[in-house]
Amino acid sequence: MTPRYAMPIVGVAAAIALPFVYRDPYHLHILTLILIWSFAYTSWSVMGRFGLVSLGHGGFMGVGAYVTALLWNHLGVSPWIGIPLSMAAAGVLALIVGYPCFRFRITGHYFVLVTLALSGIVLQVITATRDYTGGSLGYTPNRAAGSHWLALQFDDKTAWYLIALLVWLVGLLVWRAIDRSMGRYAMEAISEDEDAAAAVGVNVTAEKLKITLISALMTAFAGALYCQYQMFISPDTVSGISVSLQMVFAAIVGGLYVSLGPTVGAVITILLAETLRISFGANAVGWDNLVYGMLLVLFIIFLPKGILGSVVERQRMLSVKS
Amino acid sequence: MQAFLDIFDIYLLEAVINGILLGGLLALLALGLNLIFGVIDVTWICYAELVMIGMYGMYYLIQYYHLPYFAAAPLVILLVALLGAALHYLVIAPLLGAPPINQLLATGGVLFILQSFATVAFGIDFRNVGIRLPVLAFGEMHFSYARLLSFAAALVGMIGVYLFMTRTFTGTAIRAISQDRQIMPLMGVDAKRLYLITSALGGGLAGLAACLLVLQYDVHPFVGLSFGPITFLICVLGGLGNFVGGFIAAFVFAQIISLGGLFSDLEWGYVLAFAFFIVMMFIRPAGLLARRR
Repeated sequence: MTPRYAMPIVGVAAAIALPFVYRDPYHLHILTLILIWSFAYTSWSVMGRFGLVSLGHGGFMGVGAYVTALLWNHLGVSPWIGIPLSMAAAGVLALIVGYPCFRFRITGHYFVLVTLALSGIVLQVITATRDYTGGSLGYTPNRAAGSHWLALQFDDKTAWYLIALLVWLVGLLVWRAIDRSMGRYAMEAISEDEDAAAAVGVNVTAEKLKITLISALMTAFAGALYCQYQMFISPDTVSGISVSLQMVFAAIVGGLYVSLGPTVGAVITILLAETLRISFGANAVGWDNLVYGMLLVLFIIFLPKGILGSVVERQRMLSVKS
Repeated sequence: MQAFLDIFDIYLLEAVINGILLGGLLALLALGLNLIFGVIDVTWICYAELVMIGMYGMYYLIQYYHLPYFAAAPLVILLVALLGAALHYLVIAPLLGAPPINQLLATGGVLFILQSFATVAFGIDFRNVGIRLPVLAFGEMHFSYARLLSFAAALVGMIGVYLFMTRTFTGTAIRAISQDRQIMPLMGVDAKRLYLITSALGGGLAGLAACLLVLQYDVHPFVGLSFGPITFLICVLGGLGNFVGGFIAAFVFAQIISLGGLFSDLEWGYVLAFAFFIVMMFIRPAGLLARRR
């Protein structure tokens, strides 16, 4: 084992061992939430780091959560089948919106606003079909008694913690695989100059679609997982513009261009929200978003690479100097 | 059967006219956003939240300080115009050299700030200015005065902006700088000042929209989300920065929402409008009246 891999392996081993040593349910709950949201933010940054800023990921997440829950409640389809189906639905949605965008060179502001429309659509559809989805009041998957593998419902926090940990690790591996693939260079070329990239033989539309599809599938999975864990979803918590902006915010604050950046973002946002909630109670409504918003603006102005990104860069500068 | 058709037609006509009235308001909203985009090349994601703040301004001025509506309106327009200028000065100006996406996301942060500021300061209750305007009966059709008034005011506002842009020196300079932002500063135009004026003007339009919206809708911190996305869609459909396109797109969208709402729930009207938008992106990706470069 080279020392290069020592740190991550020790870290993962410690993370797996944690719930068997330390069993405080509240802290495990927070850790699980952080892991699930980290996965969602990582999914966003998979495409966000290439300048494909999407505000439609709230829509993908909503599709993932609602399709899984609706299939389970109305048709009795187990989440084991429902989750792949919901991911497929989100993938189809991503292709429907992505293809014209990429084919007709809808970039920059236009792309952001088109994807914004996407999360708007999903939110409105969920609200409009309130006979099935419960509308803005939210929706609860039917509970199977006790812990059930088939229904993917566990009462045990430890089980959820381990599942979320596994998913988060897979998310990081996907991020890493993309980081080391040819696709990354193609996407970087595209984000610099689409015409030049096309001229040297990059299939711009296909590359962009590929990365969007991966990102949308992962986000839908995050939504389904969140739904199974929380056993309650509402249009505001899993879809819509605020969720999309929340993803962007966390990814940027943590750092878009490093693999653990979105995770750092999730740690900061969730700890901040929980701290405010505990110390101010019901009066805290709104304060967390107020702080997020200010941090987001300040970060974009003064530290566009994010916290972890800036730390990594400083480390690199120091090692080059010495 | 015949009787059914008669009623149906009346409702249809009423929906069409209501759609036109709604279109005027949407066109006003889109105009402000288009102005900012066309001149400064920035999209204010938080535009609808500026309108929301303006609506709260109207609510407090009328309910707590008992100002008459027409005295409160100019104050609110001024307030939101100042907010727009402050937004530009504090957030956009430091980012003018940054990638456009960063400017857009920074205004996304401002959206969070304004929304949660309203939640913290005003609470999440729905509030109403308590002005009840009569309903105008025309044959068997009913229109609210509020909608007619907003339509008229929106038209006046748009004509005012048009005259300002074409007949005054500042307006001409603004149009010039939107065509070439490198050369105009060399011609002795103070770009920073013009950007500030444009931002204030965009904010002022948001304020005007707020004064009109508050007559028809209750105000709450998340009211911006109910008409913000549709405003962006209108601007994109019309072509960002294209005033005429935005104007036409506003009426098209308003008709879809109004007619869709006639046959089913209002949400389905919105869903239809969104779906229409995505189909239009296939057909005319750069907007209805695309300015191909």
